[in-house]
Amino acid sequence: MRLKETIIVVCLALGLGIISCGPEHVIKIGVVAPLTGDVKTFGESTVNGIMLAVEEANRAGGIQGKQIKLFISDDKNDPTEATNAGGKLIELDGVVAIIGSVSTKCSLPLADKCQVARIPMITPTSTNPKVTVTDDGRHKEYIFRACFTDSFQGIVAARFAVETLKVKTAAIMFDVGNDYSRGLADYFKRLFEERSGKVVAFESYQKDDVDFSALLTKVKQSKPDLLFLPDYYNKVGLIVKQAYQLGLTCQFLGGDGWDSPAMLEIAGKEVAGSYFVNHYSADDPRPEVRNWVQKYQARYGQKPDAFATLGYDAALLLIAALRNAPNAKPDEIREALSQIENYPCVSGEISFDANGNPIKRAVIIRYNETGQEFVTSFTPEE
Amino acid sequence: MKKVREIGPGWWALVIIVFFLLLLQGLIIAGLVNPYIQTILCYAGVVVISALGLNLIYGYTGQFSLGHAAFYGIGAYTSALITRLLPGWGFFALPLGLVAGALVAGVIAFLIGLPILRLKSDYLGIATLGFGMIMNVLFKNSDKVFKVMGGAAGMRGIARLTTFLWVAVIAVLAVVMLRNLVFSAVGRALVSIREDELAAEAVGIDSTRYKTLGFVIGCMLAGIAGGLYAHLYTYLNPDNFDFLKSIDVLLIVVIGGLGSISGTVIAGVGWALLLEGLRIVLPSAVQEWRMVVYPLVLIVIMLVRSGGIMGRNEFDFLKPADYRRR
Amino acid sequence: MTYFLQQLINGLQLGFVYALIALGYTMVYGIVRLINFAHGDVFMVGAYLGFFAIASWRLPFPVAIVVAMVGCALLGVLIERLAYKPLRRAPRISSLITAIGVSLFLEYFTSLKFVFGPYFRAYPRPFAVRTYELAGITISNIQIIVFGVALVLMVALTLFVNRTKTGLAMRAVSFDHQTAALMGINVNNVISITFGIGAALAGAGGVLYGIAYPQINPFMGIMPGLKAFVAAVLGGIGIIPGAMLGAVIMGVVEKLTEVYISSTLRDAGAFAILIIVLLVRPSGLLGKKQKEKV
Repeated sequence: MRLKETIIVVCLALGLGIISCGPEHVIKIGVVAPLTGDVKTFGESTVNGIMLAVEEANRAGGIQGKQIKLFISDDKNDPTEATNAGGKLIELDGVVAIIGSVSTKCSLPLADKCQVARIPMITPTSTNPKVTVTDDGRHKEYIFRACFTDSFQGIVAARFAVETLKVKTAAIMFDVGNDYSRGLADYFKRLFEERSGKVVAFESYQKDDVDFSALLTKVKQSKPDLLFLPDYYNKVGLIVKQAYQLGLTCQFLGGDGWDSPAMLEIAGKEVAGSYFVNHYSADDPRPEVRNWVQKYQARYGQKPDAFATLGYDAALLLIAALRNAPNAKPDEIREALSQIENYPCVSGEISFDANGNPIKRAVIIRYNETGQEFVTSFTPEE
Repeated sequence: MKKVREIGPGWWALVIIVFFLLLLQGLIIAGLVNPYIQTILCYAGVVVISALGLNLIYGYTGQFSLGHAAFYGIGAYTSALITRLLPGWGFFALPLGLVAGALVAGVIAFLIGLPILRLKSDYLGIATLGFGMIMNVLFKNSDKVFKVMGGAAGMRGIARLTTFLWVAVIAVLAVVMLRNLVFSAVGRALVSIREDELAAEAVGIDSTRYKTLGFVIGCMLAGIAGGLYAHLYTYLNPDNFDFLKSIDVLLIVVIGGLGSISGTVIAGVGWALLLEGLRIVLPSAVQEWRMVVYPLVLIVIMLVRSGGIMGRNEFDFLKPADYRRR
Repeated sequence: MTYFLQQLINGLQLGFVYALIALGYTMVYGIVRLINFAHGDVFMVGAYLGFFAIASWRLPFPVAIVVAMVGCALLGVLIERLAYKPLRRAPRISSLITAIGVSLFLEYFTSLKFVFGPYFRAYPRPFAVRTYELAGITISNIQIIVFGVALVLMVALTLFVNRTKTGLAMRAVSFDHQTAALMGINVNNVISITFGIGAALAGAGGVLYGIAYPQINPFMGIMPGLKAFVAAVLGGIGIIPGAMLGAVIMGVVEKLTEVYISSTLRDAGAFAILIIVLLVRPSGLLGKKQKEKV
């Protein structure tokens, strides 16, 4: 009878749930990142960086004798998937901390979930301020990040546009459904106008759009000196290509979402000559960076991008906190994280401010025909 | 002389089911059930309630609606907004939100139903699909009305108010209510409209009135399900309320059997448990096959039992005395 | 004015691609009354076949289109034989559910890493982009190619359906299966041919779409498929010129709504027009009025 079969299935499910406590001789860390989907290079790089740091720590004996075990979840760059992955990691796998996610739109709901569940979360790469701060300005105590925030990134982009590129008018195109894109667009607009720039077009598109001809025609109409594209490489590549098709040849500028080995492949040579803000450059002469590039290249066969670097740094920070957490309990880890001061990471020396954000410098990178080249850097004075 | 109501198999079944659900609830209170599993059980209930709504609209009344997810979303957003804007109501927050969600869904269903339900079969499906897409666009622009609704980025920070008890109670009530409805004169009128609308009109059934009634009740159920969903997963993204979601519900109703409450319940529970359960059971290397096997199972079920698992039948204990086979 | 014309051209480009997909929907519906939900995914497979043809096998562009068309035609016929034919006598909803199943299967199976992979791929351009200025309007050779290829295919289809014996057979079977069979037409073959032609057109559409909007992924067919289907209904489902008209309208309305109203309300505009048209002309713009028989 059908009812019986249903009962059996439900009991099985319950049984699985009850037997889900695992052995305690490892430290379980969850990782949420987009390993497939539109920004898969971000996820792959970030996870590569995290795994490298964890492997090093485990080789050196682990934390108080226990090895670190990573539970890696693919969020496909979808906020609902990220939230569900976080739920599964916390409730089913029993992780004590989470590194993730990569994109802001995934980190936001994931942060809410971790905060409610009191599990410390450190996002390596999400730059929107709202990830670590609630809508009324308080810090979500369990949430930290390893990168700079968009309020700073917007300043850097605006200053570079005004002082170095010397543009007077800018057009902005952003993804309305992506908090990162929208947030950075808002910041840039405000800061550019504060420096007497004029924003002549402020157009939004949607996540699934592939045809930008109409919007680009509208932008072209407004004759901007600069087109600011605060989105991820896969969209930016499409937009830049179509801009050329329509005869729009102004200067292009972007944010850290442009950093991907796939950018040149997608955008073609039309992206040569454009600039973007980033967290780090592989050309940086500092010894930490030189070592890091060598290490990463030996392990993975390519140069590390910003995402791999930030993934590594985030994992380093978490491992440092774990060393100061005697029982590897989430509350202790959180406490240890907030105490971190001037910890040496590849992308700089990191201390967390009152909102769980580090104070770091930014760089400007230029795309030429074959790859990236370092242009200049900005430190946060203002 | 008054007829004494006999204690038929229906009452026994109700008692057994309620007992079983109370048992589950007891296990949950005792802390023996993993919170992740609890979420899955609640989700199964939500899916059943939503599917029961579409079953009434399409299975019993024959109105092919492809916009069910829109009402699910309306219920979800409305109830979330209510609990967000009126935080101090404690225990009453969720039922208040659900009622609000159901009412708004019902009113919109009524307004949309009046012009649309005139259309026939495939065209009705397309029109409801179009309405669903328009609602989806409105959800994406919701932040222009209430900033807290988040627009295309989604609504975060909804209170986690849905518990297994709520879901179970509402699901049981929904089944009982629907069962009583479909075996009543109203239910027979709906079925007659499904079978042959012109003939029904010819014997004096006001098809517009009954079609609208069925549509509104079905959409209200979707609204309640949506409200429960919102307070279960605490995060709403407009991308989840698109026609793919409507198709999910349609699949459940057809696989269960159009016009069978038992079929809908089985298919709904089975779908949720299987799909979510497989996520846990399958190792991550094989995860991607989960969504490849699922449509193949659908196709096979359709080829083998094109009427759905239960067809048009019900379990005997759901039927009133005169309908049961001796 | 030139601005408006430029936007119009953008809309037409999109509309012509939608038309190629919409034709498949309308022909299949006309002949077996099935909403072939899997059609958008056949379009996706066409785009991928073109991708491999150009990127991996280094075939010239026209050959790539032919490869995509032939591949999709075979796929369309295969789907019909395996999944729809056995259900021809079953209630129509079963075929619909099966179509949904096929659609989901195509999307997720091709997402598997050993097939196409769940990635977004950059579409290769087998020729350099050139833009031409004409009275203040910029046209690229890409747009010219899209218009050209789509027009050729649509004209070819119309000639085929109206001037050949097989086309006549297709029209007869859409009218009434049994009578057509009595007239000596092999109904099964005609249905398969219809599916094949529709799929081939979608395949060509996929390649053109990939060239114009150069990023593909296994789920790319969902939205264009839906919009093309709506376009077919808008023009009158089952009617070939209706599908072309509906698709062009959809494309233009979509683009104009995007720029003149708001890009976030873009989809709402297209669907609102659909609902209004259906309420006023329930059989679509070019559709025939269906009399209900008692």
